[in-house]
Amino acid sequence: MTLPPRTLALPALLALAAPPLLAHGFAAGKIAISHPWTRETAATQVVGGGFMKITNNGKTADRLVSASSPNAREVQMHTMSMEGGVMKMRQLKDGIVIPAGQTVELKPGSLHVMFMGIKAPFKKGSKIPATLKFKQAGSVKVQFTVQAVGSTMPMEAGHAQH
Amino acid sequence: MPSIDPAPENPMAQLRKLLWIAVAVAVLLGGILYIGAERAGQRPAAQNGLNFGGPFTLTAADGSVLTDKTLAGKPYAIFFGFTRCPDVCPTTLSRMARLRKALGKDGDKFAIVFVSVDPDRDKPADIGEYVKLFETPIIAATGTDAQIAAIRKSYGIYVAKVPLDPADPKGDYTIDHTAGVFLMDAKGQLSSIIDHAEADEMAIAKLKRLIAES
Ligand SMILES: [Cu+2]
Repeated sequence: MTLPPRTLALPALLALAAPPLLAHGFAAGKIAISHPWTRETAATQVVGGGFMKITNNGKTADRLVSASSPNAREVQMHTMSMEGGVMKMRQLKDGIVIPAGQTVELKPGSLHVMFMGIKAPFKKGSKIPATLKFKQAGSVKVQFTVQAVGSTMPMEAGHAQH
Repeated sequence: MPSIDPAPENPMAQLRKLLWIAVAVAVLLGGILYIGAERAGQRPAAQNGLNFGGPFTLTAADGSVLTDKTLAGKPYAIFFGFTRCPDVCPTTLSRMARLRKALGKDGDKFAIVFVSVDPDRDKPADIGEYVKLFETPIIAATGTDAQIAAIRKSYGIYVAKVPLDPADPKGDYTIDHTAGVFLMDAKGQLSSIIDHAEADEMAIAKLKRLIAES
């Protein structure tokens, strides 16, 4: 092999950049979950929203039916919308459908899981364990990374510490 | 010889022409309505002749009394929410902190005020701890049900308690609420409103105007 060093450098850099994406992922059966994250909370705050991308690599639809965490009394599934300048949030008691071959993004301003009755404040940089239960794929344990309160998207591993 | 008029167009072509005219009219009308709405959004008080804002009495995080008179003399950005609000409240308050930073030395020429619309659950200490998260001075306030109802009315804030479980109407609830940020000048008059969906550049322009006017 006589590839000049520069040609090798780019793939090497890409390889270095790629692992964080894979590192913070979880899977159960045909369901893959990437970058679960949540926001730091104040000492007196008792709720927090959790966000992530859920991909269904299967050929049939699945459904996130419930979620739980040792760090919260209860974890609910919610949707949020803005209607005429008014914020509205609703609980999704039937869970969240993940259509076959598709990715559903839980993100600010939209679908989220909500930690209700937080037992201790979520500290920036820590991880909040949770179990997500899917109708087909079963249960999967995930870790929500706690980010700064101003975050609107998951930070990649390299940028997580400020 | 047949008539010298151009041959009548086929019906499809005529229909197409009519449709284009309809589209042009719709676009024009939409533009006029949009400009009207923009103006109304910038100066609702002046435009509608409503007495927007006005006197209020609340309790600040440290337990002291906060009124429109306490705030007078310096412009302020006032936002209504609650500490159990998972998204729009932290997003908006973080954004106000970011915009303040972006204004540089003018950043401290306006106050940021957060008013809880959930006085039953948000006590002064709760809101005080909550706003500390945002790492910029934020005046947090709550009040009695009557005080909150009064300020909601004068600012036209929509608030509705909604049970999270419709089968348990007495159980845990969320609050639908207006998410705009009201920019009030040093005299307590409305200068403009920052919409939730608006770009930062536009919001910064409004804040600059607020500071310049005051
Ligand atoms: Cu929620």
